[in-house]
Amino acid sequence: MTEAVIIGVGLHPFGRFAGKPALDMGADAVRLALADAGVTWPQVQGGYVGSYEVANPDAIVGRLGLTGIPLRGVFNGCATAGTAVAQAARAIETGEHDLTIAIGMDKHPRGAFAADPSVAGIPSWYGQTGLFLTTHFFGMKINRYMHDHGISHETLARVASKNFRNAAGNEKAWRRTPLTPEEVLASPVLNYPLRQFMYCGPNEGAAALVLCRADQAHKYTGTPVRVRSTALRSRRLGAFEVQSPSFPVGEPVDSPTTDASREAYERAGIGPEDVDVAQLQDTDAGSEVIHMAENGLCKDGEQERLIAEGATEIGGSLPVNTDGGLLGNGEPIGASGLRQIHEIVLQLRGAAGARQIPGTPRVGYTHLYGAPGVSAVTILST
Amino acid sequence: MTLTQKPVAPGLFTWPTGESAPLRLIGSQCAACDLVSFPAAPVCVRCASDESTERLLADRGTLWTYTTQDFRPPSPPYDGPRTFEPYAVGYIELPGELLVEARLTEPDPDKLRIGQHMRLTLVPYTVQDDGTEVMTFAFAPAEEETS
Repeated sequence: MTEAVIIGVGLHPFGRFAGKPALDMGADAVRLALADAGVTWPQVQGGYVGSYEVANPDAIVGRLGLTGIPLRGVFNGCATAGTAVAQAARAIETGEHDLTIAIGMDKHPRGAFAADPSVAGIPSWYGQTGLFLTTHFFGMKINRYMHDHGISHETLARVASKNFRNAAGNEKAWRRTPLTPEEVLASPVLNYPLRQFMYCGPNEGAAALVLCRADQAHKYTGTPVRVRSTALRSRRLGAFEVQSPSFPVGEPVDSPTTDASREAYERAGIGPEDVDVAQLQDTDAGSEVIHMAENGLCKDGEQERLIAEGATEIGGSLPVNTDGGLLGNGEPIGASGLRQIHEIVLQLRGAAGARQIPGTPRVGYTHLYGAPGVSAVTILST
Repeated sequence: MTLTQKPVAPGLFTWPTGESAPLRLIGSQCAACDLVSFPAAPVCVRCASDESTERLLADRGTLWTYTTQDFRPPSPPYDGPRTFEPYAVGYIELPGELLVEARLTEPDPDKLRIGQHMRLTLVPYTVQDDGTEVMTFAFAPAEEETS
């Protein structure tokens, strides 16, 4: 099967951009990705566009050129961007296209997501009585995890502090003020044990990737990044997932993240021990801790020591969220996973500037998790 | 003054309750594979059977995990009082049945602990303009059993 490689990446800054439509941010990201790849829009043969807020994300062609190509809108909760890149890569792998694009953009209003529970297949009383908040799940999941695996509040604070510090060195990040662990621990509790500065926020931004057949990459770039595998999995019965009024008792069931991770490693022929740099869904500091283990990068409970030792810092043995992650960048849902891949591509090219990890990284890993229990993993390599 | 009360939704818990009809959550049990669901499910998420029977769930269990809600949730869908009082939520394990998410009557996380015994109760989670209290189910810390 033909392999897909990434030849161009483009990132619109994440943050707040009053008056600028999501489609314009997406078009800017596409132009950056095209310029990075050294191709023009008419060379693009097809693509996938992800967004939560834009009703017809494929309308972006109105900003880029009406070339008649198939452009498909995708949405898969917080795994939307993982879905867009997986489909774009699949279009190359199956021979449908030689040159394709994955685009993500969003423009969320301020504050926690507010939605009608019925659109999520959940009864109205669940929302009326104040149970329909994704943040509850994250608070409850890390609370149980801390109880079972000896994770401390200080570790959560260190994760948040690290991500804000990384974001401070990233000119496209949103939250660029470094915070010490003590400052994080001094912020108000929102959902015990999670505090204000342990949560990411919905915001605005866009990202794009240009992909082509591996055997044609030499025409465009000397540093193609290989898409070694993509995997997307939904929740299984018995797993503890976001927005669940109840779930069965019994033997513990692996999360969709663990399922997607296992599949992605297997398809890539790459193991967790080979990963040089990872971008994990850090909706909150606790999620980053849990996702380290769910993605096979450590055992349950090892995070306490690894994080205290600085293993997940840029200079550590397992750098995580080198660009600031969701905590530092915020989460425009459609773009978030492409922002992660943008960072991995820079790291694998050795082009990440002040936040470049040491050595010669070969393998990068990205992971998304979102409602109602969906996870996407992408493994990339030089 | 007699307060008028009503349940937040029909079919969620027994109502009205009294000596002959104790408070219980109304779940369902799949006729084909016995999976217990709450709220009652017309189709089984394990075996897809569409035949089930009503099952009143246990009114006691243990706290599996919990968190607090320290800011007012977005409205809609939340329709609690405008004057916000923080509350707690958790999953209570009803042995042999399921884990159910519910509001907890104790809002202080320092007074909650995983494994704690809990019992089912009702709380007036909001009061409508005409004074009607809208009731929903919740779990309260129960007297610890001596071992």
